[in-house]
Amino acid sequence: MGVVQKVPVYLEKIPGGGLITTSLDAVLNWSRASSLWYLLFGTACCAIEGLMCTGASRYDYDRFGMIFRASPRQADLMIVAGTITNKMAKRVKILYEQMSEPKYVIAMGGCAIRGGPFYYDCYSVLRGVDLVIPVDVYVPGCPPRPESILEGCLKLQQKIKKQKVSDWSKTEKFIPEPK
Amino acid sequence: MMVDSPDRPEPLTGDRNLETEEFVVNMGPQHPSTHGVCRLILTMDGEVIKKVVPDIGFLHRSIEKIAENRTYHQFMIYTDRIDYVSSMNANHAWCVAVEKLAGIEVPERAEYLRVIMAELNRIASHLVFLASFAIDLGAVTPFLYAFRERERIVDLFEMTCGQRLTYNYMRIGGVSKDVPKDFVSETKKFCSYLYPRVDEYEAILTENPIFLGRTKGIGLLDLPTAINYSVSGPPLRGSGLKWDIRKDEPYSAYEKFDFDIPTGENGDTWDRYKVRIEEMRQSARIVEQALEGLPEGGIKAKVPARFRPPQGEAFARIEAPRGEMAYFIVSDGSTKPYRVKIRTASFCNLQALPVMARGWKIADIVAIFGSLDIILPEVDR
Repeated sequence: MGVVQKVPVYLEKIPGGGLITTSLDAVLNWSRASSLWYLLFGTACCAIEGLMCTGASRYDYDRFGMIFRASPRQADLMIVAGTITNKMAKRVKILYEQMSEPKYVIAMGGCAIRGGPFYYDCYSVLRGVDLVIPVDVYVPGCPPRPESILEGCLKLQQKIKKQKVSDWSKTEKFIPEPK
Repeated sequence: MMVDSPDRPEPLTGDRNLETEEFVVNMGPQHPSTHGVCRLILTMDGEVIKKVVPDIGFLHRSIEKIAENRTYHQFMIYTDRIDYVSSMNANHAWCVAVEKLAGIEVPERAEYLRVIMAELNRIASHLVFLASFAIDLGAVTPFLYAFRERERIVDLFEMTCGQRLTYNYMRIGGVSKDVPKDFVSETKKFCSYLYPRVDEYEAILTENPIFLGRTKGIGLLDLPTAINYSVSGPPLRGSGLKWDIRKDEPYSAYEKFDFDIPTGENGDTWDRYKVRIEEMRQSARIVEQALEGLPEGGIKAKVPARFRPPQGEAFARIEAPRGEMAYFIVSDGSTKPYRVKIRTASFCNLQALPVMARGWKIADIVAIFGSLDIILPEVDR
């Protein structure tokens, strides 16, 4: 196992390629975790921090191999940045279904986690995006700092690296119905 | 390469009467160029837009209803979220309205600090406009440049109030805390840093032939139409009217500062862009003047925690980066407002979009929509 876990390191050191023995898990997870393409989908305040500021030069998503895609069909990761209203909930679900497997979701900010400041006295906001789509990582804050959302992305990479190919058949598809 | 095959139909000649059929294109709610969750239903004739119907309400968060269940102090955080690109201005509008309702005198230092923050935030907001407008038109470089400068403004805000986006800095009767020691010198440094940077943006975009081709003469909005649709802010000034609440109905300390109101001539997309670029320079001028004359003294008038304004109503408006932002408050004498109506510039400016976009190509709708600089929480509230 020692060699298998260090495979990415060895791969980089072999010039011109060569023959190598590794496990499918290590290679698949390594490549998936290092090229998370995220969907450019911001609804409210968090979009400025989570997608624009973090995508710009000071924080820079590109360091983690994250590039934004405008189409859900090319994206692996959906960063739900902002408030989801009841009117928008169906569209979020459609977007999630349009993404190709394997797909991951980060709920960014208080609104996406549990409605945030719009939890009370509000008739139109969905209390948490996890009522509609499954969420992998929650990043709290209103809005979270770019450092927090980058930390969330690193946590997601750790989660991806623990996946096993043998578990694929066991995973149930979680697609709850919107209210 | 075309292959000549016998199955190919005869080429169409000019004298044949061709029938065309209109079709509907759905743009949004998830579209990178709609700056949020707005859906545009476009009726097309070929590539030409016949009709635009904006479908709004995807971000309706019932903020006006929430206002009826919050005290005047508590509602401040929601004003941040109405206009998150320029939270300081949204804070400012609410403060001005409540102070007018209760007749509170604000210390002069607080007024100056408010002006400094509001103008810095106006620069930041116009930088976000520049970034997203350029990226909509296919230029990625200005996006990185504009966010480089915006981060410096955000740093200034962060050292003052600790937040990066939703500041919640102003309070009824003043501001929450005084600026730190090195704020004045840092802000002066930033202002002198900004002028050459704005020249740099102009060097990249303003006379760029591709940019001119995408914007010059596109999306015309003539002045009578703009007034009839109650358009305000840079789109109105781009159409040629010299109307700015900061000059025409001065609030806070704006009557003490010397600044120009830039206007456009034709009311096209390029004019609206140019007005915003010029406004960044003027805002920096105001900030410099306010820093020079920053008076000493208190920063907050005495306002009780259980604040009960007298029965009555008040209407106050300010010039936010997107146009006029106004609050209408009805008070029944209790700690909570009886009704709050928010007039936002984006909502009124969006009404003019069907007029502006009619007859242009589908690729131009991105430029026209971008030049209005709409943010959706302001539209839907």
